[in-house]
Amino acid sequence: MEKNFNLEIISPEKIILSEKVNSVTIPSFEGEMTILLDHIPLITFLRPGILRIEGSKESEYFVEEGTVEFSNNTLIILSSTIIPLENVKGENISKMIEDSKVLLAKENLSDKAKYIVSHKIDTLSKINQ
Amino acid sequence: MPSLDDLRKRIASVKSTQKITKAMKMVAAAKLRKAQEMAEKGRPYSDKMDLIIQNLSKAINDPSNAPKLLVGTGEDKIHLCVVMTADRGLCGGFNTNICKLARKYFDEAIKSSKNLKIITVGTKGLDQLKRDYGKYIIKKINLKDKKKLTFLDAEEIGKQIVELFKNKEFDKCFIFYNKFKNVISQIPQQQQVIPAKIEEKDKKQEEMSSYEFEPEEDEILDDLLPKNISTQIFKAFLENSASEQGSRMTAMDNATRNAGDLVDKLTINYNRSRQASITKELIEIISGAESL
Repeated sequence: MEKNFNLEIISPEKIILSEKVNSVTIPSFEGEMTILLDHIPLITFLRPGILRIEGSKESEYFVEEGTVEFSNNTLIILSSTIIPLENVKGENISKMIEDSKVLLAKENLSDKAKYIVSHKIDTLSKINQ
Repeated sequence: MPSLDDLRKRIASVKSTQKITKAMKMVAAAKLRKAQEMAEKGRPYSDKMDLIIQNLSKAINDPSNAPKLLVGTGEDKIHLCVVMTADRGLCGGFNTNICKLARKYFDEAIKSSKNLKIITVGTKGLDQLKRDYGKYIIKKINLKDKKKLTFLDAEEIGKQIVELFKNKEFDKCFIFYNKFKNVISQIPQQQQVIPAKIEEKDKKQEEMSSYEFEPEEDEILDDLLPKNISTQIFKAFLENSASEQGSRMTAMDNATRNAGDLVDKLTINYNRSRQASITKELIEIISGAESL
């Protein structure tokens, strides 16, 4: 039996991806999780991180936020900030890290926002290495 | 009876107007195709977002603890209306239709002694509404300089609305826009965004309750609901821009055809009076020759 399920990645502008995949690793808000066939129905949202897709071919995306729903072996990822990893390039990353650091230095930031921004910096600096 | 020269000038002027309307129609048609494509591509996102929220809201058992954005403040005193129109005219009844619907609603709200707050998006709506409802308008958003509307623009407006809601500035929020049905018909819509509308569907209840949430339901909702408002506004943007181009295309098509009719009529008039003057001259010559 094939062990794949449907994946749909949708941004407000268009459907980015719609295909059958074997596994998807998502940077969920409370930690990374990998979704395989017959996962229980799930709703969660994302923090900045890297989304890994394994199927007929492997691909990676950088996401900042998003909402995820899994039900009936269909994984739906809604995100307005999702970019293929190969499109995230050196200079851009440094700039994004700088911007995030400025944001992090602000005093009135909530714990949740701090958590999100620090994850963004972490992920970006990992890509940069 | 206008002179020959006058007629000739009028024909030339109508013809040049026709050229303009024809060009506008072409431009609108090209833009329409793009806008329509975008509107269609944008639909899955808002549909899916809607679905997730429906599922989530069903999982909430205790409505008193639910986020205010979902269930509302429990009051119904102050209404915030976001009227979304175009920044340009010459597009048929597009702007007027939205304003008509909005006016109708405003009058009803005023009659039932509700407090009204209005945000206008786009200059044409502002022009039409500021005279009668100027004192209710709390914010004017102008997107004239933007070449292409992105999700970020919608998010900006969404954030402002959520901010106002958190400061308890209003109880209910509606958006007014045109829904793109097809090129010739656009339907003005009034949509409630706060509190989010929940459809009652019982048949799938059991299936829904088996969702696993991470983190907790209300935390997800806190994150999702503001996003949903931005999404709704973005959807309205897309529908609106497709409608605007469709409406303009039809209007300009009509104008071109009318101009054509007018040119035909004027040309007949012109030819008749030219013939008349020739006949008159001939008669003068002949009768002059006869009298000799």
